[in-house]
This record gives sequence, structure tokens and C-alpha cells, in this order.
Amino acid sequence: MNGIEIILPGPLTTVQDMGRHGYLGEGFCPSGVMDVTAARIASALAGNREGDGGGIPAVLEMTMQGVTCAFLAETVFALAGADMPMKLNDDEISPYTAHRARAGDTLEIGYAPSGCRGYLAFLGGVDVPLVLGSRSTHVKCGIGGFEGRRLKRGDIVPLFTDARRENPRTAVAVGRPAARPSPAVIRVADGPQADMFSRESLRKFTAAEYAVSAQSDRMGVRLDGEPLKPEGGADIVSDGIPMGAVQVSNAGQPMILLADRQTVGGYAKPFVVIEADLPLLAQARPGDMLRFARVSARQARIAALDAMAEIGRTLRRIDEMYTGKMRFAGFTISR
Amino acid sequence: MSGPAYPRVVPAGDRAVSVEFGGAIDPAANDGAVALARSLGRRPINGVTETVVSYRSLLVMYEPERVSQWRLRRMLARRAGERREASAGMPNYLYEIPVRYGGEYGVDLADVAAHHHIAETDVVRLHAAPAYRVFMLGFMPGFPYLGGLEDTIATPRLDTPRAMIPAGSVGIGGSQTGVYPLDSPGGWRLIGRTPVRLFDAAREPAVLLRAGDGVRFVPVDDGEYARISEAVNAGAYETVRRAWEDGAV
Repeated sequence: MNGIEIILPGPLTTVQDMGRHGYLGEGFCPSGVMDVTAARIASALAGNREGDGGGIPAVLEMTMQGVTCAFLAETVFALAGADMPMKLNDDEISPYTAHRARAGDTLEIGYAPSGCRGYLAFLGGVDVPLVLGSRSTHVKCGIGGFEGRRLKRGDIVPLFTDARRENPRTAVAVGRPAARPSPAVIRVADGPQADMFSRESLRKFTAAEYAVSAQSDRMGVRLDGEPLKPEGGADIVSDGIPMGAVQVSNAGQPMILLADRQTVGGYAKPFVVIEADLPLLAQARPGDMLRFARVSARQARIAALDAMAEIGRTLRRIDEMYTGKMRFAGFTISR
Repeated sequence: MSGPAYPRVVPAGDRAVSVEFGGAIDPAANDGAVALARSLGRRPINGVTETVVSYRSLLVMYEPERVSQWRLRRMLARRAGERREASAGMPNYLYEIPVRYGGEYGVDLADVAAHHHIAETDVVRLHAAPAYRVFMLGFMPGFPYLGGLEDTIATPRLDTPRAMIPAGSVGIGGSQTGVYPLDSPGGWRLIGRTPVRLFDAAREPAVLLRAGDGVRFVPVDDGEYARISEAVNAGAYETVRRAWEDGAV
């Protein structure tokens, strides 16, 4: 069979795709990859084309520390996202590059000195059952992915077999993204309860620096720093929670709710992180410093369109390398 | 000081807006949110991807590359103000959920009764009497937030939540009551259990209840519980339901 055997799973490695959309109203968080940009690039580098809705075949999302695994059959793979070092049979190999593995090869992905989440994509993608239209894992509810849970030692993770794996062209790579700035600046637009906060306290939030708390996970990023307190308490009548909502408790600690969030909740949400900056936030690890900048819905829309255009250019460039329309002048790691 | 005029449309970031129909937990405001969600299902607005009904508002997700927030807010304000079409083409249902109260199925029933100085049978009678309204789903897939619990059996949550509560458990948490659709941790007082699956990934639709539906709990004995449980496992159980017009609590 085509697949990989997990030798070392890393602290939190899960199967994810673009998420389980369309069921928020029934209480399903979307799950899915946290850094959509890195996952899409890894998937394209591994030779996959996106579906009409921007869908990608399922990938492995690894947190801080990568997996060590053995390949059961020949395949093409690529790594993107957090700066995890990688070895194929003891040879150091590069991220943001397509690689070919043969049956019996061992891939070892190490600890990321910066960034938080790495994406390991395979040609054809991870073959786990679709649950409500998605292969994403929601660990807390045991839904989707590989048996609804994080991967562990000894798991045999099946991969789809794609005829194109016989294609010898793996000279496909894109430049690694620039180092993430510190503090990273995350743009926020007004949330549904912005009017519960004074102008002064909102201004304090965007003037302060916050540290990513160690209690952060796929559900949300907790922030340590200047408390953000509404005038008359943070409790509201529960309402729907969009991706990236900045929620504050009565103690004033802000928390940014992400892919595995609850879909409704009873705390005030003064801001929401804009879509274009969610990938940057997804790479923030405990201890990293963040700043927030308030933007209008119009500015956020321009940022979203710019981000879409940029990832579109990158994916087109990768596709042209695969189809041979463009000769890549850089390095090649094919074996 | 006068409050805001409802319905109103407020931003919820750059990919969502919230249409608020009131400021409190209110069946009429909830009706407004349910009606708008169904109206958007029937006559979609270009760029709108999905919606989340809550107690008194509707979160509307959209793609900013297809519609601007300014334009969407105007269209939603107009749609929310329209007169509702009769039952919006999708009737609400009142579901009968069989519950085995007490014993190993509802380990806190005795504590709830003691808390209120009433008999366990009174707790069951009071809990099984109302038609509860499903205000919204959330917390976990298919979990219904039910309105209409009798004040006389409202009971504080446990001080220390349990690490694992089995799926189907029926509990009371403060002035709320509900059913756990999945095995999960939880701090509600457990008074019974239903063999009916509120969430079943293999079923279409996977989630039994929708916002706007009603729920009535029907006490069953061990024999009935076992019989229904067997039918559920065989995929042969149809939850009893009937059209529910008033939707009031």
C-alpha cells in the first residue's frame, strides 16, 4: 500500500485540509490547517492542483516538532511553514522544495527554532475518510482525520496513489518566506462588541505588546499583557464566533479564537483578526511578541485581495515549474 | 438612555457581520435570526457562505472578494426588515426525546432533588413537562441550547467538571438544560440519558435538531431504553416528531 509509518509523531501532528465548512450553524468548528498559505504552498509543491473551491488534499500539520516516518511506497512530498529542519535518510534536504521518496526511505523532521506549524504535503494527499465533506481532524470531539486523533507511534497513515508520482520532474522549489518580524504586527477589524469598550481601552490594546501564552493551541491564542476590559463586564448573550475573533474574559485577558474554537460563546469580542493575517498568527509560538493594528473593513478587504493575488502568483509559478512552462534556475533535490 | 434599534447589522471582522434582532435571550429575536437564516438559504446573497443562529442574532459569513461589507450590511438590513414568509418553507419540529431518568443513567438526579427539597419523581415530572425551544446549536457539534427549564429545578453546575460524560447524557447547568451529543468533559448535573443520537456522522443530516425546533423529554423505563437503544444501533430508529407551529417557550 501507499502510505507512511509514523516512527516519532511529534507533540501534535494531525491530518488537516481546508476545513469542514458549512456546518458552523450546527456547532461544528471548521478545524482545518491553521496556516492556510503554508499548507497551500506545500500541497502545490508536492504536485497537487487545487479544486475549484481552493481545496487541497489532506496534509499533516505538525506543531513545533516534526514527525519521523518511513515511506511504504514511492511518492513526492514537500514541507512548508515553520522552520523545521528535515533529513531524508540522513541527508539534509530543503523545505519549500519538492522531494521524491522511495519505499523504505526515512524522513526525519526536527524541532522548529522559529515558527509554530509545519505542513508536510504528499502528492495525492492523505487518504482518510471524509467526514461532512472534510478530512480535517477535530481532536477535542474525535471527529475526522486519522481516527479523530493526533498521530502516534506505529500509525500507518495511508496516502492516495497518484499516477503522476512516476513523473521524474521534482526540480520544483520556491523561495523561503522572509523571517517573521518580532513583534509581528497583526491587523484587526472591529468585532460585534467593539462598542462595549471605551475608545481609550481600544487604543491601549493597539498600543501594547502582547506575548503569546503557553496555553495557546488550535482552539485559540491566549495573550499575556495589558488587560482589555469592557466598561460594564465582558458577559454578553452568547452569539456566533467568527474565525480570528479577539475575545476578552471578565479578567480582561484577550484570546484569539481559531480553527478549533467553539462556534458560539458568551464573551465580548471587540476585534477580529483579518483573514490576510491569520497565517502570520498561526505561526506565532508561545513567547512570541505580537502587536495589533486596527484597520477598517475596506482596508481589510484590500489586504485580503492582495494576499489572494500573492498566493495565486506563487501557486501559478509552482504549476508552471511542474508543467515545464518555466525553467527553474535554482537548486534541485531530486534523487 | 435608549438602546439600539433592532434589527441592526454590526461588523464582525472582515469576513462576517452580525445581524442583531434584540439584546436579550428572547424567542421573538431568535425567530428573527432563524427566519433570516432560512431566507438566505432560499434566496442566497452572492458572497454569503454560511450563517450561525444564536439566541438573538445571526452571524453571516461572507467572502470579501465577492461582496463588500458595506453593500452586504445594506442588503441584510433590508432583508431582515422584510415581513417573514410563512414558516419560511421549512416547518419547525417538536421532537420527543426518550430519557431514562436517574440511577446509573442520571447519577446526579438525587442531588438535584435534594438541592430543591423535592422528590426525584418531581424533578422528572418538572423536567419532562415543557416543550423546550432550541435557541441555537454550539459548544460541540449538535449540542442544543434549550430554553424553558422550570426555575424550580435550575441547579448550579458541579464545582469540579467531570472528565468524561457519555454521549446522550441529559443534564442541568444553572438555568439551562441540554443533551451531550458526544462523549466529553462537562460540569452539568446529570439527571438521565437518551439512547437517541443528537449527532451521528453516518446519518443525513448528521445533526438531529435545528435552531427553532422544539424538544420534549419523555421518561422511559429500562426495557424501553434497551429497545430504543437496539433500534438506534441498527439504524432503524426514527425519532418521534411533529410539526410545531407556535415555537413559543
